[in-house]
Amino acid sequence: MTDEQAIRVLIAKPGLDGHDRGAKVVARALRDAGMEVIYTGIRQTPEMIAEAALQEDVQVVGLSILSGAHLELFPRVVSALDERGVDDVLLFCGGIIPEADIATVQEMGFTGVFGPGTNTEAIIEFVRDHAASPAA
Amino acid sequence: MDAAELIAGVGNGDRRALARAITHVEADTETGRAVLAGLYPRTGQARTVGVTGSAGVGKSTLVGGLARAQRERGRSVGIVAVDPSSPFSHGAILGDRIRMQDLTSDSGVFMRSMASRGNLGGLAETASGVVDVMDAAGYDVVIVETVGAGQDEVEVATATQTTVLVTMPAGGDEVQSLKAGLMEVAQVMVVNKADLAGADTAATQLRALLAIAGERPWKPPILKAVARAGEGVEELVEAIDDHQAHLRGSEHAEEARRDLARAQVISLARAALHREALDAARRAGLLEELVEEVAARRRDPRSAAAALLRGVKDGWARERD
Repeated sequence: MTDEQAIRVLIAKPGLDGHDRGAKVVARALRDAGMEVIYTGIRQTPEMIAEAALQEDVQVVGLSILSGAHLELFPRVVSALDERGVDDVLLFCGGIIPEADIATVQEMGFTGVFGPGTNTEAIIEFVRDHAASPAA
Repeated sequence: MDAAELIAGVGNGDRRALARAITHVEADTETGRAVLAGLYPRTGQARTVGVTGSAGVGKSTLVGGLARAQRERGRSVGIVAVDPSSPFSHGAILGDRIRMQDLTSDSGVFMRSMASRGNLGGLAETASGVVDVMDAAGYDVVIVETVGAGQDEVEVATATQTTVLVTMPAGGDEVQSLKAGLMEVAQVMVVNKADLAGADTAATQLRALLAIAGERPWKPPILKAVARAGEGVEELVEAIDDHQAHLRGSEHAEEARRDLARAQVISLARAALHREALDAARRAGLLEELVEEVAARRRDPRSAAAALLRGVKDGWARERD
C-alpha cells in the first residue's frame, strides 16, 4: 500500500469566548485537504487541550481565540503540553491577535499566526510544510 | 520510542506511550505489529463494549454517560470513537470529544478518535488492535463507538464482547432497516431519545424482530433511554454487566471466547489475503489485463475473477519453488 497516513490536527478554543465559526472553517478546510481533524469544541482549559493532544497523538495543535486572553492562555497551553512530554507538536493560532503581540506569540512556539481574512490555503500550506510525519 | 519501549510504557501506565502505540497500530507499521504481539498476552482482562447505530441517534452522548457511570463504579475506561472519513479527500472531522469534554480531565479515562479510513488494514482489524492496546494498558472497560452505516462498521462492533445497538423512535423504516445484519450481532438494544413520541412502538418492533430471530442462549434486553438527561444509563450498565457475567460464567463462556478469536483470525486473514492477492495481481499487470477483457466484453467478470485467482496462486507457487 502506498497510502500516506493522514496528518492529525487538534483544533481547540481555549478560554471563555463561544464564537467557533473560524475554528470550524479551518477544521473543514484541513479535512478537505485530507487531514484528520480532532475538534474539541469551545471553552477548553489549557489542561484539556494538552490532554486531548496527548491522547490523540496529533502532530499539530491549532488554537482559535477571540477573547483577547491569548497572552495569558497560550503560555499555559505550552506548559501543559510540556508537563505531559508533548514537546514535538507544531503550534499555530488564529483569531484576534493584535499586531503588537504577534512576535511574542511566535516566541512562545506558535510559529503560525493567522488573523481574520486569512486564506485557508495558507494554513493548509503551513501545516503541510511544517508538521512532523505521523508514527515517525 | 521503539516497540520494546512502547510495550514497557503501555504496561507502566505511560499515557504518551499508549497514544503513540495506538498511532503505530492504526498505521499498521512494523512497530505497531510488534507492539500488538508483545502486548497480546496481557489482554483479555477488559470488558469490551461496542456501541453502534445510525448517525444522530445519540451514540456519543450515550457513550459519555456510560463512561461516567463506569467511573462511578470505580472502573477505568478506554474509549475508541470512530467517525467516517470524507470519501473525497479522505480527511475527517472527528468531533466525539465535544460531547465528552468533562472526561478529558479524568485520569481514569483515555479517549482516542479514529477516522474510518485513516488506517491501512481494515477498519475492524485496526479497531480491535486499538482495543487490545487499551486492554493491555489495564483499562477495566473499553468502549468502541461507531456509526452503524456499513458492513465495516458493523464488523467493528462485533470485535467486542458486548455489542449495544442504539436506535431512536423514528418510525418503522428505521427499525426495518436494522434487520440487515445488526440485529443478529447486538446483545443489548437501546431506544434512545425515548422522550420522543413513538418510543414504545420502536421497542415493540424490536421485540417482534427479536422473536423472529428465534431462541438463543442470550436474550438481548431492550432498554429505553434519554442519554442527554442521563436516564436509562444505569440500566444500560447493568445490562452490559449481565451480558458480561453471562459470557464469563455460563457454559457458553469457552465457546464465546473461541467464537470471538475465530472471528478475529478469519477477519485478519481475509484482509491480508485480499490485500496480498490484489497487490500481486496488480504488480503482475494481470488485474488490468483482465479488466480490459471484461470491459471489452471478451470475458465475463466471474471467469476473470477465477483467472485472477489462478494467476496469483501460480505466482505464489513459483515464488515458493
